[in-house]
Amino acid sequence: MVGVTVAVVQFGGSNCDRDAVRALEHVGVDAERVWHEDGLPADAEGIVLPGGFSYGDYLRAGAMAARAPIMEEVREAAADGVPVIGVCNGAQIGSESGLTDGAFTTNASARFQCEPVHLRVERADTPWTAAYEEGEVIEVPIAHGEGRFEIDEAAHADLVADDRVLFRYCDADGNVTDAANPNGSTDNVAGVLGERESVAVLMPHPERATLPDLGRSTDGAGILRAFA
Amino acid sequence: MTAYTATVTVRLKRGVLDPEAETTQQALERLGFELSDLRSADRFEVDLDAADADEAADRADEMAERLLANPTIHDYEVAVAER
Repeated sequence: MVGVTVAVVQFGGSNCDRDAVRALEHVGVDAERVWHEDGLPADAEGIVLPGGFSYGDYLRAGAMAARAPIMEEVREAAADGVPVIGVCNGAQIGSESGLTDGAFTTNASARFQCEPVHLRVERADTPWTAAYEEGEVIEVPIAHGEGRFEIDEAAHADLVADDRVLFRYCDADGNVTDAANPNGSTDNVAGVLGERESVAVLMPHPERATLPDLGRSTDGAGILRAFA
Repeated sequence: MTAYTATVTVRLKRGVLDPEAETTQQALERLGFELSDLRSADRFEVDLDAADADEAADRADEMAERLLANPTIHDYEVAVAER
């Protein structure tokens, strides 16, 4: 066990918080669930915004949780360099709270989609992707109704110019195609970095592709090892 | 202070795909209606007391900026009426 305690922030309606703790512990990271009203523990050396349906996706997915007081603490910690990752609903919360650019909105299919997808690792020099090679293809599942990445043209150009796209949806061979884009995301974007590389959000679920017993892939473990 | 209702209408920016509106349009067409397009919007009616209509509009504007709309994908408009 390493000397890092990761806070997995639980909102009303979060439902991947326990999975995240299990997966983090599997990769040797000490993690605890933190109820949002209790605030961030002073010794939190990492933060996970887990998946789920916080506040019933009222208004927009993530909109309510993003305005919860604990998110002010999360933004301050992120600005201080504490690693923060938002997964699925956590990604929606992260983008709604301004940790990352763009927005996640209704899938082009207008359906909830729960399926394995392939991701191309676009940067291998970040804490989240140090376990991979640039261009490597990993398999991680998605489970969302509002995962279509939208961003205006100028902000998208900045995102690409700053090399802040972390993962793109691709086929099994790593080709970034429309057919491999599950939800109509702009530029096949599945995950992005914030202003600092220590902040990232992604719609796919690395914690569901970490425990060997769960089935088809353990490719997500490398993302969670950022905290180790 | 005067009692106002500020109506905030939030809609997707032009050009942003609206799968819910498309699905709704398809359902209307299945019911036999003829239409060329359909757009949807969210409307919030906010009752508040303010010194004048401008102040009421300013406050509703800030509500839209900070929560009711997501500026990445939405446009919004505010209309104020005495209640």
